[in-house]
Amino acid sequence: MDSLVARYTRPAYEEEGQSHQDQQELSRAGPELSLKFALPPVAQSASWLRAMTDDYSNPNCPIKIAHGTTTLAFRFKGGIIVATDSRATAGNWIASQTVKKVIEINNCLLGTMAGGAADCQYWLAFLGMQCRLHELRHKRRISVAAASKILANLVYSYKGMGLSMGTMCAGVTPQEGPALYYIDSDGTRLAGNLFCVGSGQTFAYGVLDAQYSYDLSDEDALELGRRSILAATHRDAYSGGSINLYHVKEDGWVKHGFNDTNPIFWETKLNKGEFSNVTSELV
Amino acid sequence: MSAIFSGAPPQDGLGYSFKQSPTAVPSGERQHGFYPYTDNGGSTLGISGADFTIMAGDTRSTHGYNINTRYAPKLFKIGGEGPDNKGARIVLSVVGFAADGDALQEKMDTIVKMYKYQHGKPITVSACAQRLSHVLYNKRFFPYYVHAILGGIDEDGKGALYSYDPVGSYEREQCRAAGAAASLIMPFLDNQVNFKNQYMPGSGTGHDLKVRQAQPLPRNTVEDLVRDAFTSAVERHIEVGDGLQMMIITKDGIEETYTPLKRD
Repeated sequence: MDSLVARYTRPAYEEEGQSHQDQQELSRAGPELSLKFALPPVAQSASWLRAMTDDYSNPNCPIKIAHGTTTLAFRFKGGIIVATDSRATAGNWIASQTVKKVIEINNCLLGTMAGGAADCQYWLAFLGMQCRLHELRHKRRISVAAASKILANLVYSYKGMGLSMGTMCAGVTPQEGPALYYIDSDGTRLAGNLFCVGSGQTFAYGVLDAQYSYDLSDEDALELGRRSILAATHRDAYSGGSINLYHVKEDGWVKHGFNDTNPIFWETKLNKGEFSNVTSELV
Repeated sequence: MSAIFSGAPPQDGLGYSFKQSPTAVPSGERQHGFYPYTDNGGSTLGISGADFTIMAGDTRSTHGYNINTRYAPKLFKIGGEGPDNKGARIVLSVVGFAADGDALQEKMDTIVKMYKYQHGKPITVSACAQRLSHVLYNKRFFPYYVHAILGGIDEDGKGALYSYDPVGSYEREQCRAAGAAASLIMPFLDNQVNFKNQYMPGSGTGHDLKVRQAQPLPRNTVEDLVRDAFTSAVERHIEVGDGLQMMIITKDGIEETYTPLKRD
């Protein structure tokens, strides 16, 4: 009898509070990057998420996720230039003008951020962790090809779940030289010399394609990156804020400033005579 | 490859946050009948200074045009001891859906307490900030409907302020307003805290004007700014009012104040 009672009775509050697993998760030491995500209790979680968060298909969606960007990166003889704007928009609201869209994965690998800000931040941090683990296991730095493939495989495994990211991985390694990859949340992974990503990509391509050459000097390459982003911030309402410039070399990346576009625009206009469609006098 | 970036979101007029009136259900897209979110209105704001951070929020809680209560705090001390959270050095503010906000606050409180028990030292704000980002992202596919702001004092003794989107992208900033009246308060803060669009008097005209550089503001000035921001927001936003809760975080602890706002 006692054994039967024991079998069918449960502690009154067993279901309450946190399970053992939850407790372990809360007390885990490091900032965790777990792959267990909470899902809504509906059959089609992806389309539910879209109804709640996708302001493109549903302008009245309650949760507005930050979007909108211009980012570019190109390979040249001196390494790789990475440049971005710094604006984040949620619908028509400018959520921030000071976003850091170049993500420092480690001291020689850079990632860029377009699409969902949280997706890019989280998964590039995850990639940073994987790259460090690779270094510890193999006693040498990971190649850019391998790093980008980790990310591409990862986002591919979440395909259709609603991740939104368009990122570029840039790095210089002894075996590859300067290497640049484009990865997006559809699962695309492309190697190339030159990419622009985001709502302002077309405007940036316009300037970059016209002026680009592999044999650019370091100064000219930096100026081209800056000028391409400037063009995009000028014509794309979803881009703006500051210009964030990086130069990736074999011994790591170098930051070349996070500068407000407005003074750069006026300097470009007044000192170089460009943007002549804009008047500088009050009429 | 550019499918997700090819179009800008559709434009149908300016989307000020105060125009996004309490629509209970999204139009057209309703297929599941699963709508777990409510907007409880209200606004929060945080400003960091040289050696302090001020967090503030109104205490009204609304549902549609109804006022549920005039005192529902949106500011929470995180990781202190006992029911009053004694000795806490970090404040979390959450605005949006109050139930999600409470759940998030309880989770963060537990995490920060467990950290202290396991490591024998209080968590740093930067570590807490990153952890909060991961907690939010862990619900990437079923998000917390909240805009969180985290305030504290960093390892160098400077004021630290981190702001979040609902799924965990975060950034350290000088000031941030969130919630219903964010679009009313944030431009004011840009001008008064970061001195946006301010120029040095007498530095010339037209293109010769020198911009006024931002510098950390003294505590009294910031407290006045916060009160001004909220009294003004109350005048023009129906979901903001009743009371202003402020928490001032310094190296000596957290001072909490409550000032009444208009209750109409």
